Amino acid sequence: MDNNRRKFLKLAGLTAVAGVAAPVALNSLAQASGGHGGGHAAPAAEAHGGHGEAAPTGVRWGMVIDTTKFNATPGLAEKCMDACHGYHNVPHFPVKKDEIKWLWTEKFENAFPEHTQNKRNDLTANGNFLVSCNHCDNPPCVKACPTRATFKNSEGIIVMDFHRCIGCRFCMAACPYGARSFNWRSPRGSHDGVPFIKEINPRFPTRMRGVVEKCNFCAGHLKRGELPLCVQTANKGAEGAMVFGDLNDPNSAVSKVLRKRFTIQRKPSAGTKPSLFYIV
Amino acid sequence: MVDKILKGNGLYWAWVVMLLGVMSAGALAYVAQFNYGLGATGMSRDVSWGLYISQFTFLVGVAAGGLMLVLPYYIHHYKAFSRITILGEFMAIAAIVMCLLFIMADLGQPMRALNVVFHAQPGSMLFYDMIVLNGYLFLNLLCGFVILHAEYKGIKYPTWLKPFIYLSIPWAISIHTVTAFLYCGLPGRHFWLTAILAPRFLASAFAAGPSLLLVIALIMKQTANFDVGQTAKDKLVTIIGYATIVNFFFVICEVFVGYYSQIPGHLHTIQYLYVGLTHHGETYNNLVPFMQASNILGLTGLGVLFYSRKLQSDGYLALACSMIFIALWIDKGLGLVLGGFVPTPLEHIVEYYPTLIEVLIVAGVWGTGAFVLTLLYKMVVAVKRHSESNLEIT
Amino acid sequence: MYDKGTVLTGLAIFLVLALSAVGYNMIAGDNNKPEPEKPKGYTSCVLEKSEMAKSHMQLLNQWRDEVIRDGKREMVPAGDLMVEKSLQNGCLHCHTSKVKFCDRCHEYASVYPYCWDCHIAPVEPAAGKEAH
Repeated sequence: MDNNRRKFLKLAGLTAVAGVAAPVALNSLAQASGGHGGGHAAPAAEAHGGHGEAAPTGVRWGMVIDTTKFNATPGLAEKCMDACHGYHNVPHFPVKKDEIKWLWTEKFENAFPEHTQNKRNDLTANGNFLVSCNHCDNPPCVKACPTRATFKNSEGIIVMDFHRCIGCRFCMAACPYGARSFNWRSPRGSHDGVPFIKEINPRFPTRMRGVVEKCNFCAGHLKRGELPLCVQTANKGAEGAMVFGDLNDPNSAVSKVLRKRFTIQRKPSAGTKPSLFYIV
Repeated sequence: MVDKILKGNGLYWAWVVMLLGVMSAGALAYVAQFNYGLGATGMSRDVSWGLYISQFTFLVGVAAGGLMLVLPYYIHHYKAFSRITILGEFMAIAAIVMCLLFIMADLGQPMRALNVVFHAQPGSMLFYDMIVLNGYLFLNLLCGFVILHAEYKGIKYPTWLKPFIYLSIPWAISIHTVTAFLYCGLPGRHFWLTAILAPRFLASAFAAGPSLLLVIALIMKQTANFDVGQTAKDKLVTIIGYATIVNFFFVICEVFVGYYSQIPGHLHTIQYLYVGLTHHGETYNNLVPFMQASNILGLTGLGVLFYSRKLQSDGYLALACSMIFIALWIDKGLGLVLGGFVPTPLEHIVEYYPTLIEVLIVAGVWGTGAFVLTLLYKMVVAVKRHSESNLEIT
Repeated sequence: MYDKGTVLTGLAIFLVLALSAVGYNMIAGDNNKPEPEKPKGYTSCVLEKSEMAKSHMQLLNQWRDEVIRDGKREMVPAGDLMVEKSLQNGCLHCHTSKVKFCDRCHEYASVYPYCWDCHIAPVEPAAGKEAH
């Protein structure tokens, strides 16, 4: 075999290997989305569309928020926010620039920009909608984090490890839901004698300056067999305003509601597969 | 060889002392930021990256721009670049040093920076950025110093260096590609979510890097009597000119997609940057004057650039290169990163204004870069003189 | 080497000065050993005392990773008592004073771990309010 031909064949062979290997590698990137999936990765075909159900095995916590009930019960959303922020020592700063929030309300066009048409019913024109971390099945923040400080745990919760966060804020740029906050200054401080955390809850740590934080789906409560605080509070005010459970269990309360009612998700086109569903 | 940096005239020392002053001001400002937290800057929950990351992004381009000298000189044996190529390699060192400083300045917990190594996450583009930036710093330190040392000794650089020189060429492309990938892989940030981002970064880099280099080379011609040669300048005019044209072409492509498709996600940031974005009756346009200036400076600079070659005028060339450099600095060092946060993923509009502390830190880092560059170039000029005078004797 | 004599003499003086503190303590002995106050009414911790003194920091890191990252939040035995794998809600359950327990050794050894930047230290009785 002459030299040129051998070279050509080698090159052709390499190209073929690369051609086969590259899509496989890319596909695994699309599925793994930062590892730690614990069997949650969607099948390859589904990873494409991003709209379908995912996670066939294991626990995957999720919830349905009935926005009609929240808007029929004024003040309920605020109670949920207070329960969450109070327990988790979320500070309140006098300046908007420093703001930190885990659970808050938005207008419909801000929470659901993709679902917003110019003619709307009263609820979507005037109502408030609770938003927080979506605990996505395909979370862009987890992919972005360079230290695995944010990761998906074995129950599908996107957790922050405050000990490890270097404060690069790549996750904040990556999150399509604006769910993440940064500690621009120490949350332990005070302004004009008013501490940023009014009453510190000794059951949960505060944060230090320079780390990112967000909703943790009350991972500790779930381990103790309790519901997340927002869900507990919501259902005290209006039964069924929030339905929480295992999305992978067809008999769970949340699965039953999802089968019965039409729900929407925030920005489905981002391919993130949120675990929060909304009845509007 | 290194001792050459300690021998200079009054002007040299005045410049060095001034830079040290700027660096000290930056360091003091950083202490203030370190003690208070990043809240000392103008960044917020909605605009979570500011001047630091935008300067970082721009400077990666300046570092990669050296490729436009290394490639013709080493691959195509373009001899006219023999004096200026080493300047390009050393400029890459200074630029990467600035990049790393800007990243450190931007971290909320800088003491934990090594977590990127200890808990490496190969799915994160920042992981790769760390590798390519440090790798590029290493390659340029190695190539720059070995080549300069060989020249000092009056010999050709050793053959073992060749693979490193060749490796630095694709590596230069990689640093700016990976930096673009930091942005263009994020869902929900429409302005960045464009496949043209990496090519656009490279085009702007190949114009901005050599522009800065030419300006510095022309200053050195005045102050240090170090001339890179007319042929090299003429060739660089071609390179800078075409790279600037390609950059503006890419900008026009983005503007077309936004305006013609009328898809809000594609359109809003472009409106915010170039004409102002009206939202709930209020107009947000704090970057418009800058972006307009960028366009005017860039396009005028392009004309002056080619005109300067016709005149063979160093003055016009320096002016043109400064205009193009500033135009691209605004385009990428301000508009691209800051614009990406407007509107927010929740369709709110929050404008960003840097604080004094932030500006001082930025100045301090630029000062550090200028300081590193000054010392390196001082050494280069001395060695070049030394070796060339030796040649004349033998 | 140039100026051999001067350089070596200088090095020798530096070494003597640098090591003088160590030498002093070796000769004089350490009279300021810290005595952390043990909680009253409890006899055993989650590990032997010597183990805890030596490697409580590793244990805390291990708990941290197990609880946050692996979701393993089960309780661990400390003698007859079951405690949470938690600094705030576990350790402090018995060791009710940071000032009289943690700080005594940490100050002696000049280590200032940043645990308390986030974790909430117990309220100390009025007198022993602690600075950082």
